[in-house]
Amino acid sequence: MRLRNPFGRRPKEFPSHLWTQCPSCGEMLFNKQLARNLNVCTKCGHHFKLGAKERVEILADPRSFRETDADLSSTDPLGFVDSKPYPERIAAAQAKTGRRDAVITGDAALAGIPVVLAVMDFEFMGGSMGGVVGEKVTRAAERALAERKPLVIVAASGGARMQEGTIALMQMAKTIGAIARLDAAGIPFVTVLTDPTTGGVLASFASLGDIVLAEPGALIGFSGARVTSETIGEKLPTGFQRAEFLLEHGFVDQVVPRDQLKERIGFFLNAFRVAGQDLRWSL
Amino acid sequence: MSMIDRIVGGLRPPAPGSTAGNGHLAADAGLIVDASEMTARRTTPWMAVQTARNITRPHALEVIAGAFERFQELHGDRSFRDDPAIVGGIAELDGRPVVVVGQQKGASTEENIQRNFGMPHPEGYRKAIRLYRVAEKFHLPLVTLVDTPGAYPGPEGEERGQAESIASAIRALTTLATPIVVVVLGEGGSGGALALGVGDIVLALENSIYSVISPEGAAAILFRSATEAERAAQAMRLAAPDLLELGVVDALIPEPAGGAHTDHDATTRAIKTALVAQLDRLARVPVADLLSTRYERFRAFGTILEPPNEAPAPRRPWWARGSVRDLFLRMRI
Ligand SMILES: [Zn+2]
Repeated sequence: MRLRNPFGRRPKEFPSHLWTQCPSCGEMLFNKQLARNLNVCTKCGHHFKLGAKERVEILADPRSFRETDADLSSTDPLGFVDSKPYPERIAAAQAKTGRRDAVITGDAALAGIPVVLAVMDFEFMGGSMGGVVGEKVTRAAERALAERKPLVIVAASGGARMQEGTIALMQMAKTIGAIARLDAAGIPFVTVLTDPTTGGVLASFASLGDIVLAEPGALIGFSGARVTSETIGEKLPTGFQRAEFLLEHGFVDQVVPRDQLKERIGFFLNAFRVAGQDLRWSL
Repeated sequence: MSMIDRIVGGLRPPAPGSTAGNGHLAADAGLIVDASEMTARRTTPWMAVQTARNITRPHALEVIAGAFERFQELHGDRSFRDDPAIVGGIAELDGRPVVVVGQQKGASTEENIQRNFGMPHPEGYRKAIRLYRVAEKFHLPLVTLVDTPGAYPGPEGEERGQAESIASAIRALTTLATPIVVVVLGEGGSGGALALGVGDIVLALENSIYSVISPEGAAAILFRSATEAERAAQAMRLAAPDLLELGVVDALIPEPAGGAHTDHDATTRAIKTALVAQLDRLARVPVADLLSTRYERFRAFGTILEPPNEAPAPRRPWWARGSVRDLFLRMRI
């Protein structure tokens, strides 16, 4: 990140491996302190992206997370080559993230409640949904159904993975099919939309939570803002496609700061359990 | 890769009511079910894109007028407005009532402006959902006609929940308790097409395309240049024979030599024959079987490598187990 200098100090005082500048307020933030504050600016509350692993840590109760399907990896259904072959892109993303694909799934306790948790990883090819993301989300939903546990999904994605073509597109129908079965069985489904959640992920399971939460300032939209801007040939208003914009237009239930997410999700899951009277999932 | 013991997907479950493969589809109605039959007829992917977008190709209302009888259009989403990019209503197919919903492109620039070039707004998808529910409620089969460059990407669409409306339309179709036949007429543009694209049988006209993003959009992202669309089209495998190979569509409806635009009557006749045969067959399948087969049809997409399950890790001695170790750690503090 390029360093701007708000207080007249010379940039070399802020080496980038130690300091990050807040894009909202310009404050220089000490990286360790930023991480301790869940990647939220201590001055203005700007929410930086949070890694998938860290996300699991802040949502799952300590030592409760058991990862599932970690070994699933993608093949190359189309034999896709752009500037380089798709398998090379996957290999590079795997090397960069240490993960096989763009979502972590597993069983966890969240505020004491057993849940199935899925957290998307934007670092892995922009969190794009191909066959592996679709399969893991579907398996997570099917396990939630079989074990009658709530499903919590944290979305972070640029959309369907182009390199898998229509096979990626079909993951929208595949995941929604599994979500629809949860719906019919009366099992709670909560989604958290984080920066960014767009395209085919927003247009499938991410929009269909019984409760849809979003993080402050997260970019959330169907079309890329650039496409939208080109379509109308003018600049878009500030705040367009941000979490608060979706709240205003009625497509998310709440915008929740990161440090309150776990408690809030726990509140809803508890309420749904009580409302059911019959303890609809086993604890 | 030798340790891989399982490849998920790529294997389509047999269509509902069938005994093996899709051979019956061909026997029914002169459909193409084997991509190898297309080898001699194939054009380049870019030609396929051009043909699928040809403005003189038969569009939804024309297909409805030619293949169905007594069509009565129904309007509006009961919430915001009537979206002219999606049409639908009640019609008869070979004398029996059905619900039909399609995306509507124009045959001229003027008509295209009125129809928003076949790009629906959220209210269009909500109208579609309303009509899907009518089909389910009155036990009428549903026919959908896919022909769109994609959902409208403008700011009004975002304000009114384009993504949510598409997701909800897909959800409605995945669980709709009535037979559904999808026909891709021309352009199947991304999620905006899939909102009409989930069914028990998915057919496509021989020169149609279906893609996760437009070739122009893919080129802009992958090659940083919209003029590389031809190259992107090649890589994306979006032409109908590719879709048949990938299992995205179950069968192709042959077009007249020269393409659907050269003979609208022959094209709509072929569509009608295919629809009647498929609905005849689906009508004999119990709805519960339709729903489970529909689920499995879409469940199967995705080719995934999964290593064999390893033996469970040996149990740790009692003093190294999490709870005991934590106790020790806590005691030390
Ligand atoms: Zn700040």
